Amino acid sequence: MKRRKLDLAATPGKAAVGVDDRFAVATPLRKLLNKVFPDHWSFLLGEIALFSFVVLLLTGVFLTFFFEPAMTEVVYDGSYAPLQGTPMSAAYASSLDISFDVRGGLVMRQMHHWAALLFMAAIVVHMLRVFFTGAFRKPRETNWIIGSLLFWVGFLAGFTGYSLPDDGLSGTGLRIASAIMLSIPVIGSWVTSSIFGGEFPGTIIISRFFIAHVLLIPGLLVALISVHLGLVFKQKHTQWPGPGRTNNNVVGERMFPRYALKQGGFFMVVFGVIALMGGLFQINPIWLFGPYEAWVVSAASQPDWYVMFLDGSTRLMPAWEIPIPIGDGYVIPPLFWPTVVLPGILVGLSTMYPFLEARHLKDRKSHNLLQRPRDAPARTAVGAMAVSFYIVLTLSGANDVIADKFQISLNAMTWAGRIGLLVLPPLAYYVTYRLCLGLQQHDREVLAHGVETGIIRRMPDGRFVEVHQPLSASNGHADGHGQLDYVGWVVPKKMNRLGALGPAIRGFFYPIEKPVEAPVSPGHPPVEARPEREEIGSGESRR
Amino acid sequence: MTSDNDRRRGLLARLRERPAARSRGRRRLGAAVRLIAALMLAGGAYTVFAPGAQAQDNPQLTGAAAEGKALFDVSCVTCHGRNAQGVEGRGPSLVGVGAASVEFQVSSGRMPMARQEAQAHRKPPVFTDEQTRQLAQYIQELGGGPVVPEGDELREDGNIASGGELFRINCSQCHAFGGGGGALSSGKFAPSLHPATDRQIYAAMLSGPQNMPVFGDNQLRPEQKADIIAYIQETLKHDQDPGGFNLGRYGPSTEGLAIFLVGIVALVFASLWIAGKS
Repeated sequence: MKRRKLDLAATPGKAAVGVDDRFAVATPLRKLLNKVFPDHWSFLLGEIALFSFVVLLLTGVFLTFFFEPAMTEVVYDGSYAPLQGTPMSAAYASSLDISFDVRGGLVMRQMHHWAALLFMAAIVVHMLRVFFTGAFRKPRETNWIIGSLLFWVGFLAGFTGYSLPDDGLSGTGLRIASAIMLSIPVIGSWVTSSIFGGEFPGTIIISRFFIAHVLLIPGLLVALISVHLGLVFKQKHTQWPGPGRTNNNVVGERMFPRYALKQGGFFMVVFGVIALMGGLFQINPIWLFGPYEAWVVSAASQPDWYVMFLDGSTRLMPAWEIPIPIGDGYVIPPLFWPTVVLPGILVGLSTMYPFLEARHLKDRKSHNLLQRPRDAPARTAVGAMAVSFYIVLTLSGANDVIADKFQISLNAMTWAGRIGLLVLPPLAYYVTYRLCLGLQQHDREVLAHGVETGIIRRMPDGRFVEVHQPLSASNGHADGHGQLDYVGWVVPKKMNRLGALGPAIRGFFYPIEKPVEAPVSPGHPPVEARPEREEIGSGESRR
Repeated sequence: MTSDNDRRRGLLARLRERPAARSRGRRRLGAAVRLIAALMLAGGAYTVFAPGAQAQDNPQLTGAAAEGKALFDVSCVTCHGRNAQGVEGRGPSLVGVGAASVEFQVSSGRMPMARQEAQAHRKPPVFTDEQTRQLAQYIQELGGGPVVPEGDELREDGNIASGGELFRINCSQCHAFGGGGGALSSGKFAPSLHPATDRQIYAAMLSGPQNMPVFGDNQLRPEQKADIIAYIQETLKHDQDPGGFNLGRYGPSTEGLAIFLVGIVALVFASLWIAGKS
């Protein structure tokens, strides 16, 4: 019997045909693999959040193998000597075991925590990108709302996770959370006792937070992220204006292979950065905080950075109690305003912003092209105002650490925060607005007069004039100026952007090709139009 | 009365006699003598019993204390006043603060103070150990007060686990969980514990310097103090930070800074690089 020769090269193709025969996936898959994504570095910021969420799931699953979510009291006898013989909750003891006795446990715990901080940071940075470029406009308002909700759900995930180890710091945070719930008028005491199962701290809160942290909130996050990505897929990604890019097409790279490979590489980079931080930087040293006792509150007890703005608003709030003479007398405590009302307003304003802006501008059109921040000065200025408001609150949340390390009076810090919270946002609005107008004006100037060459020419009559390199051919005017329209994208403002220094040398650390000779006369560079790019479309039109 | 009896009785009795034949001149002379004698008696008694005019400047100081007083009169008297009684608006009275207080303030360089401000800062000490002891001895002999026990290793036999618990209950509110210190109101602060020696921590607990409360022996027994010192010196200072670089142990504030300065910055550069590869 003759042995059949195995043709290795044909195997994948045969297997694929086999799969397609059975499942008929070739047509939808081709469409998927040919889907086009526009390419710009700022479009990768949301991916940082997505990839750190993946790392969170991976490390979190590892941690659940060893974490014991119970508040039963045990006496620690693990390998961390300074706590041996100390009574503590089983949750804290198992967190210590993860840190000191489980192989690789500490680096996993630290990676989980750094990934959580990175997740929230990337969400905020991504949100700023979406805001300042106007990517939230119709038809993408829903995705903006989902994104804002992702921040708040991530906030809850972070807070519940921060509370799980049951160390001194998390207990202090829980105590504050219970106080915030108590401050809600009328329903406060019921909310608190139903969440804590009675009086703070009770014996149930760690188990409840555990289920919320490992099941409910991640489930919600996965659902929201799926819808978020699905909508990006359905509505297609926004793109910057440029040659060949219109409101009705998408110019970029196919999903497969380039885009998928790049994303895979970027995931590795994100994973690597988180792993490096988890291995190099100590985060949340729970063994120093000790087990939570109601009478232990350390100085510099702060929440993680994304909750710090609430801590800051609480520190800046004056002690204004509002007594209401009903029945035996009722008091709205000052804590209620900065920790319940303020975040409520922030959630409302941030989620509703797309509609507020569209209403204000009477703008009902769909926008698939992004705007440069300078081209929407009012929006950019509002964003700067919000950012400065948030930064003042966040810094005030750490004002005791800042006061101590920079030797400033804590009272001065508090007053600086109070005044700064009112003064800086309007100032930021004004300054940003003027900056945007200035940048716009400079763009128009360059388009009209050309790029500054840095060459000063002396005329026969003794005048000095600066030589400009016009960006377009002369239109026959006496001054030789052409007229170019601003298209909403970067205007070249330096000669080497026009190729005056010759093409850029390719290569990351060392040149991978021999550099060509630079042109001899920088005053008269060989400016050529760049070769036309072909439009790569997904094959379907937008409407 | 017979003359024999007269002779047997004393001078005073005879002086008290009033013989009818005494002349007017003699009676006057006698009165003058008696007045002078009474005055001398009263003056003498006053001189013996009343405190001498120079007593305040010359208490019975031991040798070391006298040396300390000499140092005090040069370096401390401006603010703490003559005989350490304090100067209104400048420095408090040191009568009764004890050697522990002097030892803490002087050996950590806080005294002499550089200037009047919310709180004295730790500096390189101005006085040697010997001089510090002399100053402490002087203040001790002025008014008594708490004294740090002998020896440099006050943490001997200290139980680190119980010290940690006591530290977290009593100290971490101000000095923070890592002993790095923290802010108090109006520019005051709880200093970092890292440069402090055993004796300085003990002295601080005993004397309650600046804004620190006093932890007397009835609040924290000497062996509990030893526990706390052992925890600070052996755990907080010599902990190897198993998680890596500790970011100053300032809690979540520097961790938040790190995620932006390291994590986000690194990844934004990575995205610039990846997006540039098209």
